[in-house]
Amino acid sequence: MFGYYLDLALRSLRRNKVLTGLMVLAIALGIGASMTTLTVLHVLSGNPIPGKSAQLYHVQIDPRDSFGYRPGMEPMDQVSWIDGMNLLHAQGAQQQALMTGGRVAIQPPRTTLDPFFEAARYTSAGFFPMFDVPFQYGRAWTAKDDQDRARLVVLSHVLNDKLFGGKNSVGKMLRLGGHDFLIIGVLGDWRPNPHFYDLNVQSYNEDEGVYMPLTTSQDAGFDHDGGTDCWGNGADGKDMTRNDHCAWLQFWVQLDTPAKATAYKQFLIRYSEEQKSLGRFQRPPNVRLRNVMQWLDYNQVVPSNVRLQTWLAFGLLLVCLVNTVGLMLAKFMRRQGELSVRRAMGASRRMLFTQLLVESGMVGLAGGIGGLLLALMGLWVVRHRPAEYASLAHLDPAMLLITFVLAIGASLLAGLLPAWRACHIAPASALKSQ
Amino acid sequence: MEIRPIFSSLRRHRIPALLIVLEIALACAVLCNAVFMIGQRMANIHWPNGIDEAGISVITVNGTDAKLAASNIPRDLAALRGVAGVTAAAAVTSMPLDQSPALTGFTTTPDGKTTVNTSVYFMGRGGEQALGLHLLQGRFFNAEEYADSGLKDFQSTAHVALVTASDAKRLWPGKDALGKQLYANGKSWTVVGVVSDVLAMDPTTSGPGGRYSSVFYPSQPDGMMGNYVVRSAPQDRDRIVREAVQTISALNPGAVVEGKTYARMRSDYFANTSSMVWMLVLVCAVMLAVTVFGIVGLTSFWVGQRRRQIGIRRAVGATRGHILHYFQTENFLLSTGGVVVGMLLAFGINLYLMQHYAMTRMPWYYLPGGAVALWLIGQLAVLGPALRAAAVPPVVATRSV
Repeated sequence: MFGYYLDLALRSLRRNKVLTGLMVLAIALGIGASMTTLTVLHVLSGNPIPGKSAQLYHVQIDPRDSFGYRPGMEPMDQVSWIDGMNLLHAQGAQQQALMTGGRVAIQPPRTTLDPFFEAARYTSAGFFPMFDVPFQYGRAWTAKDDQDRARLVVLSHVLNDKLFGGKNSVGKMLRLGGHDFLIIGVLGDWRPNPHFYDLNVQSYNEDEGVYMPLTTSQDAGFDHDGGTDCWGNGADGKDMTRNDHCAWLQFWVQLDTPAKATAYKQFLIRYSEEQKSLGRFQRPPNVRLRNVMQWLDYNQVVPSNVRLQTWLAFGLLLVCLVNTVGLMLAKFMRRQGELSVRRAMGASRRMLFTQLLVESGMVGLAGGIGGLLLALMGLWVVRHRPAEYASLAHLDPAMLLITFVLAIGASLLAGLLPAWRACHIAPASALKSQ
Repeated sequence: MEIRPIFSSLRRHRIPALLIVLEIALACAVLCNAVFMIGQRMANIHWPNGIDEAGISVITVNGTDAKLAASNIPRDLAALRGVAGVTAAAAVTSMPLDQSPALTGFTTTPDGKTTVNTSVYFMGRGGEQALGLHLLQGRFFNAEEYADSGLKDFQSTAHVALVTASDAKRLWPGKDALGKQLYANGKSWTVVGVVSDVLAMDPTTSGPGGRYSSVFYPSQPDGMMGNYVVRSAPQDRDRIVREAVQTISALNPGAVVEGKTYARMRSDYFANTSSMVWMLVLVCAVMLAVTVFGIVGLTSFWVGQRRRQIGIRRAVGATRGHILHYFQTENFLLSTGGVVVGMLLAFGINLYLMQHYAMTRMPWYYLPGGAVALWLIGQLAVLGPALRAAAVPPVVATRSV
């Protein structure tokens, strides 16, 4: 029966090419636009570290003075050098890392390359095991290297390709900002998107080439890159980075169970109370422990333009859908004669209804193919835009499936009302008026 | 024109009539908001800026030894002034629209509680000529002020500052800013001049109040001054950027030197905004096309269904004009219904966007504007089918009975 319906649908669609073309075009445009924006939204709101995102927590405490304090306000996003070091050395979690971003000038060993700037990450050793960072060559540094302020670096494989043509560079020296560093490791393919562990720099496609111990970076006098929040007399006099009144570091911990997370939160509250009794903190303890997805959500990391575009595209899809309903109604009602003959010959209403929906489904399928082509084109355009997330905009299998589900679903939905109307005509009067 | 028969006919075709109303309403709602967003973003892209945008190029230098800045910067500037076509050159810490805001919160009294956050710029000698600042009141910095000032931990050690007209108004509303004191972090500066509005370093995120807030300090050469501003005739810019980058790279081996025209900086800053504008324009165009096709499709079906009635009307004396007007009036009535519903929807969407996406209220003139646009679109769409209806010969009435 289904085959017969398909045959009927094809014949009917071929009979009125302009109307069919318009319906397919309407669905294709709506689907193309919404799939383009939905794919971008999907890519941007993805989980950067699946499997571990629920165990990794970003730590926030509130070390500020009482000026401007309101109960219920959010603590600071970052921690100061002193608090960061205290929390790091307290070893309260299974893994922990204190880090910040930076930019270092690289003087390449090959003279064919001009000096250039590279984004860097200054971090304590816990970073690599905590974030499961893969290594292509060599190894990460240890807590002892942190203590010794060892002059060593780990490179990303992109930077290693650029500097050493992809060869094993472990053991070679690299000149950074006028100092020599020993290369001890090269990372494998690792680029979490969004750049969850530090949203002060680019949120997407941040490509850090150089990793070095945080203590070493301070020892070598490298500037940090990203936000610095100071309070009180934070900006006056002393070295800003070591200042007690400036927060510029991110502190992440790994806590495998909710019970451990609760315990760690208690620990942070105790720490805040202790600092308050020492006179360093002035506000009541105010701590937050957000896991990766909560942290991304809190920072509204998906650009509002992208969310707005998604709304707009779905508005367009709705317009296209209403138009398709109109066109299908026109198409089905025109066939009153044919449908009446089939009714008179014994086809039930349900059979006519199924036949008409098969026809809508075929329009949807054709529209889906058209929409897919348009979405691929749209994503190509997105990739050539200057936005920082541009290169991430690719269709994955899940989105491919959603495209067709959405297209066929939308066209079936659009076909429901016209089909229901068309199969409720009285065959006798329709035949008589022929 | 009698509209009663139109109503009774519409009542008999409720679903197609409602669909046309809905199509127009949705198109109206989305269109009004999209056009409003386009307008807002276009206004952002064209924000005026009180510097000589057409003549400025910026050369960025990174990775030089900060300790040698006192001798390197004058040497580099002398070399830049030697490039043919350069009329002025100076070193500055940052530029308007360079996206990495360096802000200071100022107060107007030593113990003031309400701070005004402002972009701060430190410029070396000749900075006002190189940037092309327009002085509105007071004076620029003199040679001693340049020589005696510097910066320490991003705080100026100067005693004088220039403010923009917007900041002057924001800090001292209704008063003359000249000679007033600015306070921040326990230090103070005297305002010696007011310049016309210069865009902030990141104006799209600073809100309307902070868009033009900028404070300028004089400074002797300092390692924090990573930008050389070079001014020339507009047609020379591209060549000058090329030559300047070569000159500075040769003088500072090992440093990272990049150069671009200020026009390029501006288009980089607004790149996302302009691609959003294109996306919105595309959505509007596609939506209008789809709506027109939908109306054409439905009306054609309608005309086809009523061929006999049309034939009968023609046979009993209606002219072609009557038939044409009948369909045009019908479409006008449907469009009016759609526009009314669409306006309500449009303002509803606008309210939602105001809450969630920092939009402003849509001005009232979008209402008549949108209505006229959709009436025109409706009439355009109905014209084809209506002409076909008018072409139905009276003889149809007598056929196939």
